[in-house]
This record gives sequence, C-alpha cells and structure tokens, in this order.
Amino acid sequence: MIEIENVSKWYGDFQVLNHCSTAVDKGEVVVVCGPSGSGKSTLIKCVNGLEPFQEGKITVDGVSVGDKSTNLPRLRSQIGMLFQNFELFPHMTALENICLAQTKVLGREDDEAEERGMKLLERVDLVEHAAKHPAQLSGGQQQRVAIARALAMDPIAMLFDEPTSALDPEMINEVLDVMVELANEGMTMIVVTHEMGFARKVADRVVFMDEGRIEEDATKDDFFGTPRGDRAQLFLSKILEH
Amino acid sequence: MAMKYNWDWSILLCRSPEADPIGAVEPTTPGSGSTEFGGGAGQTFDTGAECAQPYFEWIVSGLSWTVIVASAAWVITFSLGSVIGVSRTVENRTVRAIATAYVEIFRNVPLLLQMFIWFFVVPELLPEDAGRWIKRELPLPEYWTAIVCLGMYHASRTAEQVRAGIESIPRGQTHAGLAMGLTRTQVYRYVLLPVSYRIIIPPLTSDFMGIFKNSSVALTIGVMELTAQSRQIAEYTFNIFEVFTAATLCYMTVTLIVVTIMRFVEARVRIPGTIALGGD
Ligand SMILES: Nc1ncnc2c1ncn2[C@@H]1O[C@H](COP(=O)(O)OP(=O)(O)OP(=O)(O)O)[C@@H](O)[C@H]1O
Ligand SMILES: [Mg+2]
Repeated sequence: MIEIENVSKWYGDFQVLNHCSTAVDKGEVVVVCGPSGSGKSTLIKCVNGLEPFQEGKITVDGVSVGDKSTNLPRLRSQIGMLFQNFELFPHMTALENICLAQTKVLGREDDEAEERGMKLLERVDLVEHAAKHPAQLSGGQQQRVAIARALAMDPIAMLFDEPTSALDPEMINEVLDVMVELANEGMTMIVVTHEMGFARKVADRVVFMDEGRIEEDATKDDFFGTPRGDRAQLFLSKILEH
Repeated sequence: MAMKYNWDWSILLCRSPEADPIGAVEPTTPGSGSTEFGGGAGQTFDTGAECAQPYFEWIVSGLSWTVIVASAAWVITFSLGSVIGVSRTVENRTVRAIATAYVEIFRNVPLLLQMFIWFFVVPELLPEDAGRWIKRELPLPEYWTAIVCLGMYHASRTAEQVRAGIESIPRGQTHAGLAMGLTRTQVYRYVLLPVSYRIIIPPLTSDFMGIFKNSSVALTIGVMELTAQSRQIAEYTFNIFEVFTAATLCYMTVTLIVVTIMRFVEARVRIPGTIALGGD
C-alpha cells in the first residue's frame, strides 16, 4: 500500500535521506528505529508530503506523493498522523479537535461529526473529557485524543512519530495499548518508536535507520533473532538497557 | 516662578439658557465660530444639550470625531495588518517581499509626513478624475484621509504583531493541521490565527491606544478632533489650563475604557487550563 523507492532528500548540502526504499503492505505494521538525527521523522513526513524530497518516488494506495498534480490535502486526509508532542489545537476542546477536519475536510455535518467523535472518545476511554481543552488533560490523555482525531477521518494507514517519547513512563502503556489494538484490527501502520516491547508484540517488520540510510529492513523475528550489522546491534543494546 | 491662576471651569459647563451666565466669556462671534472652525454641515455633532456657550459642545464634538476617526482607522489597521502579517509568514517569496516592503515603508516614515502625503500629494498622483473627485466632491475629505492614513500607518505595526504571534506557534501545529487534510488557508483560519490573536491581545491593545493618541496628528490637515477643538477653545477663552486638562481627561478616559474592554475580551477568550499570556 505504501511504496518508498530510492528516496533521497537534502537540506542544503546536508543529505538527510539517502536512497531509502521499503514497502508497507495493507494491514502491515512496520516499526522504524534508529539513533537521533538518522532521518526517521523526515522519512515518514515524506510519506504524506509534509516534507518534499528531491529524488525517488513514494506512492500511497497507488497515488504518487511527489507528483505536482496530486491533491495532497485529499491524500493526507486518508493518512492519520500522530506526533511526539500530540499537537492538539489548544483553543479547541477534545471533541472540537476531533470534529474540525471531519467537517472542514470531509464535509460531514456537525452532529454527525460529534456523534462519531463521541464514539471514538468512548473507544479511547475519554468520554468524560470531551469538553476539556488540551491544557486540562495529561499527556497520555492528549495523545489518545489525538489518536481519536486521526481515526475520525477513517484513515487507510497511520503514521506515528515517536508517539510515546514525550510521555511520563506511567502513561506510555495507555497509549501503546490503543496502538496495539489498532494493529490487531488490521490497521496499516508505520511507527517510529524506541519501544521494542511494542515492536516485539505487534510489528511485522522492523526498519533500522542510520545517517539517512535504511540499514536494516527485516521481519521482526529476523531483526530480534539473527545477528545484524554492528550499528544496529549497538543501538539495540543501548535502548534495551533501559 | 510662583503662579497664581484662577481656575474657571464654568466655560466648559453646559448650562440651560435661562441660567445666569455670570463670568462667562462670550465668544466674539457666537455661533459663527462653530461654523468656521467647528465645521459646517456634518462636522459638529448635535449634542442635544442647550448651552449658553459652545465650548462644551466643541469638546464633545472633538471627542466624537476622535473616537470615530480612531475606530474607523482601527478597522483598517486590524484587517490590513492581519493580511500583511500573514503574508509575511507564507512560503511565496514575492508575497513575503511585498509585505515586508509595506511594513518597512509605513513604519519608518513619520506619521505627520504620511498625513501630508495622503492629503496633498496622493490626490495629485491619482488619475485626474479621481483626484478631482476627492478634492471637490468627496464629503469631508480630510476625515477620510486621516482614517486611511492612520489605518495604514498602524497596520504596519499590527502586521508585525500578527507575524510574531504566528511565528511563536510551533511548526508541529501546522504539520498536524496539514496532516489531517486541511489546506494551508484552513490551517491559518482555524488554527494559527485564532491562537495568535489570543497571544497578541496585549500588544494589539497598545496599538489601538496608539491610534487614539496619534489621531491628534490629523488636526494638521484640518480634522476637528479633540486636540484641535481644545486648541480652538483655548484661543477663544485663554483658559488654556481648563481646556487642556479636560482634553487630557478625555483621552485618559477613552484609553481606560479600551483597556477595560480588552481585558474583558482577553478573559473571555482565554484558553481553559492556560495562564494569562503576556503583559504589555
Ligand atoms: N528543517 C531542517 N533544516 C535542516 N536540517 C534539518 C531540518 N529538519 C531536520 N534536519 C536534520 O535532518 C536530520 C534528520 O532529522 P529527523 O528529525 O528526521 O531525525 P530523527 O531520526 O527523527 O531524529 P529524532 O530521533 O531526534 O527525532 C537531523 O540531523 C536534523 O538536524
Ligand atoms: Mg524524529
């Protein structure tokens, strides 16, 4: 469903992505990991066109992202995205956050959007917080609202950029649990995360990035089982320590 | 130098005609003063009160024009300032360059000079018909000129506030908006602007008060606003202390009202769970 072919990207002289290629099938969960600054965020932002790239090709559900004629807003509305800092809109309540794109992008009626929103809030166990603003919610709650906001668009795939790394340890699981549920329901997901427990539980494949290159692209069992390149081993041993 | 001054507030008091006009200094040409300076048709407000002397009415008329000119200018300032401020943050370089040029030009040329340029020079630069229309047919040309001039001058400052407000919002917010399928325009409309306006209420308030104070510059092109009327009364009565004290109090009262209204607005739109933003 998502094909990334030979993608390269530069910021000025600095090459952030170096001939990256991988593919994600429908219903597949791919975990992306790697050291800080290796280009993980940049890569998944290329997938929905938030970052332009100079070389290569990315297609989502047959639509080429880099094509000038592509209707990017339409494409993006089909791909949910979650951020490290949640990025809920601070001046809107949880429910209003969930309804905004439903009404403005999909053209749903207000009451239809609200009904859908309340159902999704129920799903992430936050119904009683519908009328609260983001600043009145904990990090874990905010991220779950953000997941509900993404699901409200009925996405065909979802991108996660370190969704738990800004959370206090006791809140990480409430978010991971929702993500595990999504994975088990067959959602197509690309997840940038260092939560190897999550990877072991639901990932189909693990991609390891270093200095803008995809160094490893293996099934979960291969990645955690058989010997890998030095960099990946070093990285794994570091993050598995804590 | 010790000064002995007999304060005489009676000149500014509005009294009914049957009251005894003791100590009143009659204007040399009663009534005609207000025709000549206070303005002919449409320039002096009818306060509805009956006064033995016109001075109270002149103050009220001046204050009214100050409020009208400043408020109308503020509408221009706010809308144009928002457009220019947003333009300074967009990706298109040409749009950004034009907006930057606007800000630099209008912010760096003295207001007084801008007032003269709008009043004396611009009508000459326009196509002949338009210029003639402004000079001959447009009612109260100096008032329109003052409104446009003040509005455009202050728009350059408001634009900077709006730009700073937008730039203070983390890029992730824009990314989140775009990622859910909003267009860039929608991101501005539903996310960036509502949040930045809240952030910049305090500087916007000072801007608004700046327009009020700067509206007195309009007297140089003949707008009979508060300062102009005060000066005129001072010339007639020589009661300079009373008149300018009254004008000062008027300005301070208006300022106070503006601040109070803006405080109220700020409290109304404050985002729950956040503390008050900014100061002055
Ligand atoms: N707008 C930008 N301009 C210039 N360089 C950038 C820009 N954005 C990112 N970079 C650089 O690109 C590289 C990759 O950034 P990216 O955010 O994709 O890394 P990452 O793997 O997500 O890292 P982290 O784990 O810290 O989030 C980094 O070296 C970063 O400094
Ligand atoms: Mg990152």
